[in-house]
Amino acid sequence: MGHPIGRRARRALLALSALAALMALALGSPRAEEQSPAAVKIGFLREGVKREAPQPYLDPPPADEGVAGARLGIADDNTTGRFTGQHFVLAEAIAPAGGDVAAAFRKLVGEGVRLVVTDLPEAPLLAVAALPEARAVTLFNAAAPDDDLRAEKCRANLLHTVPSRAMLADALLEYLLAKQWPKVFLVVGPTEGDRAYAAAVKRAVAKFGAKLVAEKPWTFQPGAKRSDSGHYSIAAEVANFTQGVSYDVLVVADEDDQFGDYMSYATYAPRPVAGTAGLVPTAWARPHEEWGATQLQDRFRQAAKRWMTARDYAAWLAVRAVGEAAARAQSVEPEKLIAFMRGEQFQLGGYKGTPLSFRPWDGQMRQAILLADTRALVSVSPPPGRFLHQFSELDTLGMDRPESKCRLQ
Amino acid sequence: MPLAMTRAQSRLPHLCGAWALPALALALSVAPLGGVRAETVLVSNEKGNSITVLDGESLKVLRTVPVGQRPRGIVLSQDKKTLYICASDDDEIETLDLDKFTLGPPLPSGPDPETFALHPDGLHLYVANEGSSLVSIVDIAARRIAGEIPVGVEPEGMGISPDGKWIVNTSETTSMAHFIDNDTRKVVANVLVDSRPRRAEWTADGQQVWVSSEIGGSVSVIDPASHKIVHKIAFAVSGVPQEAIQAVGVALTKDRKLAFVALGPANRVAVVDAQTYEVKKYLLVGQRVWNLAFNSDESRLYTTNGISNDISVIDVPNLRVVKSVTVGNQPWGVVVRP
Repeated sequence: MGHPIGRRARRALLALSALAALMALALGSPRAEEQSPAAVKIGFLREGVKREAPQPYLDPPPADEGVAGARLGIADDNTTGRFTGQHFVLAEAIAPAGGDVAAAFRKLVGEGVRLVVTDLPEAPLLAVAALPEARAVTLFNAAAPDDDLRAEKCRANLLHTVPSRAMLADALLEYLLAKQWPKVFLVVGPTEGDRAYAAAVKRAVAKFGAKLVAEKPWTFQPGAKRSDSGHYSIAAEVANFTQGVSYDVLVVADEDDQFGDYMSYATYAPRPVAGTAGLVPTAWARPHEEWGATQLQDRFRQAAKRWMTARDYAAWLAVRAVGEAAARAQSVEPEKLIAFMRGEQFQLGGYKGTPLSFRPWDGQMRQAILLADTRALVSVSPPPGRFLHQFSELDTLGMDRPESKCRLQ
Repeated sequence: MPLAMTRAQSRLPHLCGAWALPALALALSVAPLGGVRAETVLVSNEKGNSITVLDGESLKVLRTVPVGQRPRGIVLSQDKKTLYICASDDDEIETLDLDKFTLGPPLPSGPDPETFALHPDGLHLYVANEGSSLVSIVDIAARRIAGEIPVGVEPEGMGISPDGKWIVNTSETTSMAHFIDNDTRKVVANVLVDSRPRRAEWTADGQQVWVSSEIGGSVSVIDPASHKIVHKIAFAVSGVPQEAIQAVGVALTKDRKLAFVALGPANRVAVVDAQTYEVKKYLLVGQRVWNLAFNSDESRLYTTNGISNDISVIDVPNLRVVKSVTVGNQPWGVVVRP
């Protein structure tokens, strides 16, 4: 309670001070360091794809999703940079929808950029990573959750700040096991992403010794949801669909939010919904306010005029990882920053209680995963002391070193 | 709760204990300690929006005073008659009359005040404005902001040298201790410490500043003359994952012999030899131990435990936890009024 929203006076003050800070940056900070600061240029590469709104049409995807996180990361890096004599610049490159991502990437490289945060799906990301110009570049994948990017298709010039599907599924299963709700009924949507999400859930079910009691594809096409009484047909379909199975939790694999939101309260037996709808494992969520997260939520809302999403958070993490490495390694040279970032001493604060770092075996950033719905933070995985690990409990999420199929090249 | 072998366990085999267990069940009664005068213990309850007032001898809760939203840092006025309270979500500093327990007119604080420190002149408060990367200087008598100093992202800890010349502010996301010259109000040095620094505590002789790092789980001892870290103290508790060891509150005895460091979700207070920096002992207290305060003669140390909603009472000469007392919702700060 008592969240500091809607305090006009305070917002005005904050906006003023932010403006003052920006002006100070633009003019070259008058404090301490006289010489012009050393600059780190970070690229941000995305496709100008118009994203479709999810079915319930309540939360249309923001046009600046992802890049808004990177922009805040730059502002945070520069606040620190005032004291280290370092300056950070974001070079944004947008490839037209279905257009030439490689050309946009080459343009960034031509401008001297060696660190590029990508907000791209797997295929264009891999295409960019394989370009000859990408050899001397490190890419920070802030959008693609695909597990094979961290396994068979992994690359030495790729780091991942977005959690993999395996990490999300493991986080969910750790919670279900802690609750002693081991019987999973899996509902799988029609897209490739849905099938990949379902595969990650099945792997997690096997890994933690839970039980997959049913797996069914969702094929129902509701005709007229918006017509009067349209909800009847959906509710009847969901009840029918879930009848006759003894299970604890209905786990939904529906990455585009096409049907998952209709499952809750409509199942035949009274059972909770989790996965891509209901209780969602995610890197970031609106109700998260622990470990100082309120401060990041506040800063982001002030800057972007909306709530931070997991996609924004992944981009923010990538830019902050560069800033943190620059401050610690006392360097702005991309090679030194990357070497430091991949090293054992690297620790990034990510408002999740534990320090974040990169796994040396596949470049994935280890991080705690939140379990939240739209209004409440329910749990954080790994639950402390519950799933033990020889080195880090965070490595109970996703692909651990011994099972990794990544051979970095 | 069954515990498996961890790295920490092999390091410190003489210590044991289930780290996640709260110290709620401490059945020990407090033997009245010699020399404890009728003091008052004041605790801010971050989620309870209140100040709990306890009798320093009986440790009974005397009253709970409703205050503004999200009270965190609390500081006594120089005459010890007023408690200044950072009401973080109300963007002001409240003033609580400690004889009548009524709130007086608030002081300005700048946005989102988290913690502050009273200058030895007794006339100025130095406030960390967490949301806006600023330290605000509050002129108490004039009730106005007398100055603002830009610092790193998420300013947190405030420590002022005993002679009043140097202000140290920590910034959580920038991970620095900023040294500010009080005369020029300029940042003169920035010391990079481990991730997410919290408290900045000067030794009584002004020779050192101890800065805790929450995510880094360490304490950096800084020489304020050279602005160099002279020692970094690390912690390891048997049966507690390293990630759960998060250094927050720091308290140093005036003779600089002992230091106490609150370790957050490790539910322990580390006892450190402040001369050799050796960790002597870990004391099990309540859950998510945050801030610390001595009583006047340093025979007792009080800890706020944010998750178990209580304070723990440490017998300093014997280095034992003697009692826990339930206070309000999510206790944060603690001070003792003589």
